[in-house]
Amino acid sequence: MTLTQVLDIVRTDIAQSLVLFSPELALVVTILLILFVRLFQREGTYLARHLALLGTVISLGLAAYLFNRTSLSAETPEIFGGMLVVDGFTHFFRMLLAAFGVFMVWLCAITAVPSARDASDFFPLLLGATLGMMLMTSSIHLLMIFMAVEMASLPSYGLAGFLKEDRRAGEASLKYVVFGAGASGIMLYGMSLLAGRFGTAHLPTLARELAGAVQSTGGFVLDPIVVAGVLLILVGIGFKIAAVPFHFWCPDVFQGASAEVAGFLSVASKAAALALLARFSLTLAYPLFAADSTAITGALGLTLGLLAAVTATYGNLAAYAQTNLKRLLAFSTIAHAGYMMMPIAAAIGAQSESLYRPAVDAVLFYLAVYLFMNLGAFGVVALIRNAIGSEDLRDYVGLIHRNAPLTVAMAVFMLSLTGIPPLAGFVAKFRIFAVLYDTGFLWLLVIGLINTVFSLFYYVKVLRVMIVDQPEVERPGWQLAPLAMAFNAVLVLANLAPLAPGVWPALQAVTQSAVSWLHLPY
Amino acid sequence: MNDTLLLSLIAFLPVGVAVLLSVVPGSKRELIKTISFAATVVVFVLTLFLVKMYFDLRNPDGSWPTLAERAAAAKQALRSGRPADPKDLVVRYPWIRPFEVEYYLGVDGISLPLIVLTSFISMLAMLASWNIDKYVRGYCMLFLLLETGMLGTFLALDFFLFYVFWELMLLPMYFLIGVWGAPSRVEVDGRVRGGPYAAIKFFIYTLVGSVLILIALLAFYFHPAEPGGNPAYTFDLMRLHEIGQSGTAYSLTFQIVMFLLLYVGFAIKVPLFPFHTWLPDAHVEAPTPISMILAGILLKMGGYGFARIAYPICPEAAQYLAWFLVAIGVINILYGALAAMAQTDFKKLVAYSSISHMGYVMLGFAVWSLAGDPNKWSMAFNGAMFQMIAHGISSPAMFFAVGVIYDRVHHRDLNRMGGLANIMPFYAGLSTIIFFAGMGLPGLCGFIGEVFTVLGSWQFSRTVAVLAASGVILTAGYILWTLQRVFLGTPSPNILGEGHGEGHDLKRFLPDLSIREWVIAVPMVVMAVVLGVYPDLVFRFMEPSVTDLILDLTKAVAGVR
Repeated sequence: MTLTQVLDIVRTDIAQSLVLFSPELALVVTILLILFVRLFQREGTYLARHLALLGTVISLGLAAYLFNRTSLSAETPEIFGGMLVVDGFTHFFRMLLAAFGVFMVWLCAITAVPSARDASDFFPLLLGATLGMMLMTSSIHLLMIFMAVEMASLPSYGLAGFLKEDRRAGEASLKYVVFGAGASGIMLYGMSLLAGRFGTAHLPTLARELAGAVQSTGGFVLDPIVVAGVLLILVGIGFKIAAVPFHFWCPDVFQGASAEVAGFLSVASKAAALALLARFSLTLAYPLFAADSTAITGALGLTLGLLAAVTATYGNLAAYAQTNLKRLLAFSTIAHAGYMMMPIAAAIGAQSESLYRPAVDAVLFYLAVYLFMNLGAFGVVALIRNAIGSEDLRDYVGLIHRNAPLTVAMAVFMLSLTGIPPLAGFVAKFRIFAVLYDTGFLWLLVIGLINTVFSLFYYVKVLRVMIVDQPEVERPGWQLAPLAMAFNAVLVLANLAPLAPGVWPALQAVTQSAVSWLHLPY
Repeated sequence: MNDTLLLSLIAFLPVGVAVLLSVVPGSKRELIKTISFAATVVVFVLTLFLVKMYFDLRNPDGSWPTLAERAAAAKQALRSGRPADPKDLVVRYPWIRPFEVEYYLGVDGISLPLIVLTSFISMLAMLASWNIDKYVRGYCMLFLLLETGMLGTFLALDFFLFYVFWELMLLPMYFLIGVWGAPSRVEVDGRVRGGPYAAIKFFIYTLVGSVLILIALLAFYFHPAEPGGNPAYTFDLMRLHEIGQSGTAYSLTFQIVMFLLLYVGFAIKVPLFPFHTWLPDAHVEAPTPISMILAGILLKMGGYGFARIAYPICPEAAQYLAWFLVAIGVINILYGALAAMAQTDFKKLVAYSSISHMGYVMLGFAVWSLAGDPNKWSMAFNGAMFQMIAHGISSPAMFFAVGVIYDRVHHRDLNRMGGLANIMPFYAGLSTIIFFAGMGLPGLCGFIGEVFTVLGSWQFSRTVAVLAASGVILTAGYILWTLQRVFLGTPSPNILGEGHGEGHDLKRFLPDLSIREWVIAVPMVVMAVVLGVYPDLVFRFMEPSVTDLILDLTKAVAGVR
């Protein structure tokens, strides 16, 4: 092969790849544009925010366009020579993250965090983290996974400490950095073990090698290097998900960071990490389904299932004692991560072709719903903080008399997070429970249901304080700005919508097609 | 009228009005109450129209086409794309296709009386809400949302839809008890009691029950419809009845596990011993109209769940567990009556009397003896269904009577009352009828249900029948004693609070019934009498459906043996 031929291949590959990569490119361009514009910008304008909004909207549009245009194509969806993969799964998460970005910028516009002075620092970090998260959902190369995780993490560290005058924020940021660095190191070590053992870092190839090795030994011989490698990588991902016992950073970081950033970490970061977990564990396990080595997939499924059960239970129990709303929601976030890991565990543990797709489908569905309910909750916390200057539950007493629409919105988000019909959270949970029943993970189903009851205590506690408890002194009410009102209205409607005719099937059609086109090593 | 429109209006008109209320300024209290009351009246009229339509549904020979037949025909119509029969009182539309969930409502003789009861009691309870003056708009919106939940539960024939409506009632009830109930207080023994406490207790108990129902719902959905076949993939209750009664699809173990899951879920609502402890708290702390709803309708949800879901889908388990269920029913009757006797709080007494009376419902369902004549069981089952209606009339009336006196003296201590018959003669007269109706005096509604269940249980076990009948004596004991303490004798010196009784013109402080109170009390009293002397008014609709169900279940279980 001559050099020109190689160059030709590279050129066509890159040309194709760049098209499929355009949502990410849109974010890159936006970041550069914001940084460039600030050179000429006088202080105190919101140009950066407008640009960020534009960038996320364009990115969302491109992601949706690509999702619609590219159907099940015969050619491999791997791009950039097998670094990334653009399959239905990637498309879905890019749309989810871009849509979340749009809502995030909207929320920032309402709550005026960051201030105009800081906007051109804040938004590049936000978009940079989003970019990293998009890459996390599409990486299929161990090295790329590591880079993506770092790319998502580093701006997040900055965002966590963004309230510069607040000592807690600094502490939160530092804690995040230290834990994050540790987790990254552990993950990288795990990757080096796997790559060294199989001589490749390309995940599908690696998975095939693993299945081949298992088959050639005529069953499963416990290879400590492989086990250690997989477990160490799971530790790194578990840190991003804030799965127990790798969750210690989460409550402190959420409490220290502003509610907006906490919401971002709670939704986007979690979604990306769960996507990574699903992709990593499914890719690794899939050839083993065919190789019929139930011992390994069963063990992996059990490990993830135990992790999920502990995470959900711990999050729900610890949340009850919290009085700081962001801290409470941090534990709630941990608990929800647990719920979402359950179907992934079931998908791998069920060891069945026909069952893993609905399971992953349920996770995607849950994440789409989770975006609306959780962002809504953090948004309300931010709006209340702006009005009363507190995020302490004790100061929430009697909020129904001070701002009824916001309180009702909060009630909807809290009950949706609990999973009470007819709200979206119920539908999402129903799908997860259905998967758990169908795959025969009854013990996990029971734990999930018990957790639903546990979670009622603290979600309703918030409502009780806001609505039922009588304030000792009457405090003045306040009005929401129209834009804030619209923001809450959209999110409340989104939480009410799934049981309206046609909404649930439509959303499920999207998640289903995303899952049906999941790139797995055959 | 088209049945789709009618049934949907009955279910969703209240919530529609609630949404409408959100744009009415909160300061216009009278207007808000009037709109809400008008909505409940319209719903009541619609349910009466529903009765007429159900009546028109009869075959030429006077029998009714069964719900299963009508549901199957509607399914056929849906499949073939033909327009559905607009008069068959079954509404089926695909709703959530990936899970085969349908928007599926229907009415038969089991649900119809309960639907009418719901709209009737809701209307009276809304009228009884007139003296609520705290956050009126929120109250009315939640009240109407609750009404939608209740009516939807009785109308739904899709298990998933049923579950959604079932859960929909939780939230309004939580706030109605929590916000409008008694304020939080610390008791002498240091325990925190009050509306918020009772409300969360109610919420958690019911959610635990719902979660168990959810497991059963998933289990039925994924269980094969025939041995070794594909999963059933259906939430259609009629189809699930068919599968459960086929005798081959579900093993006995599966049925028992499912029945027990459903049992706990419904028993919490009924409530059956030992899951009853939320009820006295909820009743005592709730405002009067909410107590009326709670006792009149919410408790019937559990009974309806047994009749519509647990029994028809798991007949073998129900038969297998008959002794256990009978025992629970009898314990409820006796324990509730004894507990009621021990109360000095007027409202708590009525609450425990509800537990006792609901025991008859469980007893009537449970006395299924294969050896005996199914007609006897049918009699007991009919008695139990009638008892639900009768209790749905008498217990809201009793709670209303308690509310009337509470509004005047601001306490519920039975030891600090007395002599009211002289001061408020009309109130005393109406209350006596109401309490006698609860007691089961012949000629009043309570009698019919109790006597039928006890007679039906005779062939199951004479001991059980004797024990259940002795419950009537206990009931008479506490009711008569209560009437004596409240209405007879001379007024307690502390009736208006410590040391305020004497030297007052009590007639001035304790006026007799107001016009509004008359309007609320009289319909319930009239219904108590009418159902007592002419029970056929309800049986006419109920009996054919119940008997069909009994025959189906007996056949299903007999076929297996």
